[in-house]
Amino acid sequence: MTVPIEVAVGSDLPPPPLSRFAAWRRLRQDKAAATGMVIIAVMVLVAVFAPVLTALEGQDTTTQHSDLIDSASGGTPIGSLGGVSGSHWLGVEPQTGRDLFARLVFGARISLGVALGATLLQVLIGVGIGIASGLGGRLVDGVLGRLTDLTLAFPYVMFAIALMAIVPGSIPRPLILAVVIALLGWGSTARLARGQTLSLKTRDFVAAAKLSGAPPLRVARREILPGLVTPILTYAALLVPANMISEAGLSFLGVGVRPPTPSWGEMLSHGTTWFRPDVMYVLVPGGALFLTLLAFTLLADGVRRTLDPKNVEVAP
Amino acid sequence: MIGYLARRLIGAVVVLLALSAIVYGLFYAAPSNPALLACGKGCTPDRLAVVKSSLGLDKPLVDQYLSFLHGIFFGHDYSSGPSVRKCPAPCLGYSFETDQPVTSILSSALPVSASLALGAMALSLLLGIGSGLVTVLSRRRWLDHALNAVVLAGYATPVFLVALVLLIIFCSDLQWLPFPTYVPLTQNPAEWARNLLLPWTALALIQAAAYARMTRAQTLETLGEDHVRTARAYGLSERRVIGRHVLRGALTPLVTMAAIDLAQVMTSAVLTETMFGLPGIGQTLVGAVGSTDLPVIVGVTVTAGTIYILANAFADILYAAIDPRVELA
Repeated sequence: MTVPIEVAVGSDLPPPPLSRFAAWRRLRQDKAAATGMVIIAVMVLVAVFAPVLTALEGQDTTTQHSDLIDSASGGTPIGSLGGVSGSHWLGVEPQTGRDLFARLVFGARISLGVALGATLLQVLIGVGIGIASGLGGRLVDGVLGRLTDLTLAFPYVMFAIALMAIVPGSIPRPLILAVVIALLGWGSTARLARGQTLSLKTRDFVAAAKLSGAPPLRVARREILPGLVTPILTYAALLVPANMISEAGLSFLGVGVRPPTPSWGEMLSHGTTWFRPDVMYVLVPGGALFLTLLAFTLLADGVRRTLDPKNVEVAP
Repeated sequence: MIGYLARRLIGAVVVLLALSAIVYGLFYAAPSNPALLACGKGCTPDRLAVVKSSLGLDKPLVDQYLSFLHGIFFGHDYSSGPSVRKCPAPCLGYSFETDQPVTSILSSALPVSASLALGAMALSLLLGIGSGLVTVLSRRRWLDHALNAVVLAGYATPVFLVALVLLIIFCSDLQWLPFPTYVPLTQNPAEWARNLLLPWTALALIQAAAYARMTRAQTLETLGEDHVRTARAYGLSERRVIGRHVLRGALTPLVTMAAIDLAQVMTSAVLTETMFGLPGIGQTLVGAVGSTDLPVIVGVTVTAGTIYILANAFADILYAAIDPRVELA
């Protein structure tokens, strides 16, 4: 009996790359990935046009509508479904009476911005260090390898929380969040890039480039980097939802983005004390977060299946 | 094997030292002002100077770090004026906020985190291996698809969302379970488990997906190997083939993964602890961050790092010990 072996980790030769056009076509035909892409596109548009959307609604993120909450009960929104009305499309926040729709769409900016920014930084640091240790001599490889081990040995969440405590308050919080998440999370990308570099290094075209006298930087850029695009892209697609969870978690704990700046994680953390009188306040940011995360995960899974004929599994 | 063991442990110690140096340096160097934080509100310049010298904060950072290390192994004496305060080894200093020894704060928080992690891991291994095996052995395609969907959903769901949904359903609406409060195992085992059931479930629902996927992939791979074909050719019953020859090979990598994950859950279940109000080390850290309580922050982070690094080393050694194919390079 033959059973297809799905996992083929650590293949020596990278599979023949798909042309960009073919990859895109396959990705579009993948139903799950296409659904993910549509949801992401909508969320990105919402984030980009957040000011336009709130202007359409006629609200903003900070004005407290004290007339719309019942102060006798501690601040539950007046009306059904958390105070949904023509002028407040998703109702208002309990206790403060701030407009929920406005906070949701501006929250999308933080969630997406921090997640994508952190991923970009992680990839830049990881690929740089990975290529350097793959191409460098024993000493460089040893030092960078131990450095990578060290970042992977940190209890990531604990360290992020502790770091957020001491960063100066003058720098914008979303920027700090992205940097902290990236600085603690580039290790696995670097390992992946190093492994790929090592296997590419033995190929003839790299040897030919070296023999023809190309300087190391040129070899890295022209010969190695193109071979890294597919595996790194596949991995980065998985990093985005993971980073989004980190941001939401840190903001949820109150060490990430601080109110009145809206973030889905921060909204959810207030929602936990309000779910009995006002379940909308949990459902709205929770639903948005779950939908976006699911979309990115579907896309990541699609990218993995599409770009990699061998279905190489990359551990999250 | 002994050489490998020694190398791996020395490596772990080196990483630990580096970790503690980085943590200490980061938190005691600028931009925070430890002496002012230790002195508290309404601090006078005279008092500040006393605090500074008694905590040794007037010395260079390297000396401070060395005395921090010394305190962990040999204890530390804090002298302020005539009175001397003895802090026996392992000494991590005193909380700026409550003046309790950091070690006693940790020793009350660690059992909570360990209870949470152990139960959650047991539950997720059970769920994960079980559903992984069912999907492979039943050979039904729709089960495969269902598993894939669950795995993706698990990857896309933050644990606090699961926790919130569980709390709303089981504690608030159905009222089947109490809102969790931690009861020590030694005090009342039944109540301990009853209160931890929801937190365990929340973590297991997310963690199990990864084990299910891994079990499935590994079992498929092992099923195709020669020794399994040989066992079948000998006419062994299917149950014996699976039980004796497939599972052993398939589940070995899971043991390693589980050892690392146990440390991971124990040191990273901050959100679960917060959601369910469990006073574990994650909650302790969040509280300390709120008041910039440096000794507690450093103590918790270094402890978490130690657990994590030791678990990693342990997992590697375990893997080498149970899988004869591993080469000890």
